[in-house]
Amino acid sequence: MDLSAINPVLLIAALMSAATPILLAAIGELVVERAGVLNLGVEGMMIVGAICGFAVAVETGSPLLGFAGAAVGGALLSLLFAFLTQVTLANQVASGLALTLFGLGLSSLLGQGYVGIKPPRLGDLDLGPLADIPVIGPILFSHDLILYLGLALVAAVWAVLKFTRAGLILRAVGENHDAAHALGYKVVRIRTLAILFGGACAGLGGAYISLIRVPQWTEGMTAGVGWIALALVVFASWKPWRVLLGAYLFGGITQLQLNLQGAGVAIPVEYLAMSPYIITILVLVILSADKSAAPGSLGRSFHASH
Amino acid sequence: MRLKTLLTGAALALGLAASAVAQDKTKVGFVFVGPVGDGGWTYEHNQGRLALEEELGDKVETVYVESVPEGPDAERVMTQMALDGADLIFTTSFGYMDPTINVAAKFPNVKFEHATGYKRADNVSTYSARFYEGRAIQGLIAGSMTKSNIIGYIGSYPIPEVIRGINSAFIHARKVNPDVQFKIVWAYTWFDPAKEADAAKVLIEQGADVVLQHTDSTAPQAAAQEAGNVITFGQASDMSQYAPMPRVSSIIDNWAPYYIERTKAVMDGTWTSTDTWNGIGKGMVGIGEITDAVPEDVKAEALALKESIASGEYHPFTGPLNKQDGSAWLADGETADDGTLAGMNFYVEGIEGDIPQ
Repeated sequence: MDLSAINPVLLIAALMSAATPILLAAIGELVVERAGVLNLGVEGMMIVGAICGFAVAVETGSPLLGFAGAAVGGALLSLLFAFLTQVTLANQVASGLALTLFGLGLSSLLGQGYVGIKPPRLGDLDLGPLADIPVIGPILFSHDLILYLGLALVAAVWAVLKFTRAGLILRAVGENHDAAHALGYKVVRIRTLAILFGGACAGLGGAYISLIRVPQWTEGMTAGVGWIALALVVFASWKPWRVLLGAYLFGGITQLQLNLQGAGVAIPVEYLAMSPYIITILVLVILSADKSAAPGSLGRSFHASH
Repeated sequence: MRLKTLLTGAALALGLAASAVAQDKTKVGFVFVGPVGDGGWTYEHNQGRLALEEELGDKVETVYVESVPEGPDAERVMTQMALDGADLIFTTSFGYMDPTINVAAKFPNVKFEHATGYKRADNVSTYSARFYEGRAIQGLIAGSMTKSNIIGYIGSYPIPEVIRGINSAFIHARKVNPDVQFKIVWAYTWFDPAKEADAAKVLIEQGADVVLQHTDSTAPQAAAQEAGNVITFGQASDMSQYAPMPRVSSIIDNWAPYYIERTKAVMDGTWTSTDTWNGIGKGMVGIGEITDAVPEDVKAEALALKESIASGEYHPFTGPLNKQDGSAWLADGETADDGTLAGMNFYVEGIEGDIPQ
């Protein structure tokens, strides 16, 4: 065993990068659920975002345009979900699951011509002398733009939900859509916008995998990250900063177990491999002492005449 | 993925219906576990299929179904192929073993070939490749090239095939560099690009300047490229898009000669049930071009090792070798028998860590 082989600074820097796809997808889903909609199609929107972002980045040579394309791709797919659940009043759970299956199939179709291609790289931001500060520099100031965007999104979502009128309306729609409707708010319109936002965020998360973390296109490459993001929203009791905490915890333990294996720690590998899930469940139990409940109208269809 | 399976199934049914007319051709079916575009395992089997078509032209007709789950679906796909007049069916994943045997019992006149399995019947052959021969050459290059003396190894699952590869690479790395250490990380997946990339990054952070992999994606190559001074090897397929650095050579599965030989045997009626385990000598395992990133003398040594393995003069598991716990395994000059190799469940002396049980 050689624990000195593990560099904590690099470990923390790596976990931030590993957690970003989960974080992006989860913060989007949090807004969707606060508006009272349960979209189980996160995995499907992520994988479609991954291929849309990859394709746009390769065709235009610009990774940033790629991320924009990923957001658009994810949002377009979520529009299908919005149509099904908000207009035709289809069951949200079934529609979400269908969206995931559809997204997986669609992405492998779109990706036919992109196997084995290297995308243009999005370099780390050059923050000059800040990045040279020992310890703090590599952890805080040596990342790519999208990672900071993810952090900014968490702060923005928190601020909007907590302090603004728009956030208040969104929460009202999620808590009790009949009351919100009676007050004159356009429930369907607000929910559709929330769903589009969630789709765009999931798309960004998918593209973070295909453009930065891996970076290449292969079928099914999101490999379940969307499901973890979904669980994370519940885990965080629908609070933005807890989403950040949960994503870093999960990403961190995943990284740590690989590091421990590399350092030859004499814990059976199977325990290390399952540790992120176990610890997530444990924290879930602890946090559930907090009795903030799910939004009151979560998962229920709304129609003005009902 | 399921949707795609359905679509391919439907497309296949249409294709089979249309082609039922021309029966004078020998019809060869392929059942694939992944998409033909996976860039690794299934990709190479499909290359073998294409080579077969090229070689035998009009005399042969091939059909395939991709992404077939290892379960009842596999049996259905095989049955359908046999009903539609396939003369020979290749089933290319370990999990197809029992379905292959079941379907073969129902169609005694159809020949079956199962890759990497151990169950045979009168009309079922098995075949696999000695990838550990290629690992020996990678190990030699890795041991010669490493400056930090730390070699990282990404394992998929702790099964004999993977353990055999680790041992073979380690033995030959130690031969050229007695200070070499292996750091082994188990990914518990054949294919998860994000996880493979993370595993490679961790190994690099912990000082490895060579990363070997027994997983199927090119994600570790991408990670190594970013790190700059790390070398890697292609796995299953050439992965030459990362040459000359970080990918300095590769092990390539080359199924084409076998597929051609077996199809010809069906055509002239000489096909019998056999068990094939071929390596570099018969061309089933290919060594991808060793790039200029490798010094001339190391390259020459690697090619010499390849020659001696190919000619049968040298066996990668030749004594004296001890097991990890120090107990004697092979005496001086003794070579391992195929039975031990096929069921290998121990590390050789010098490797640290335990095999997950």
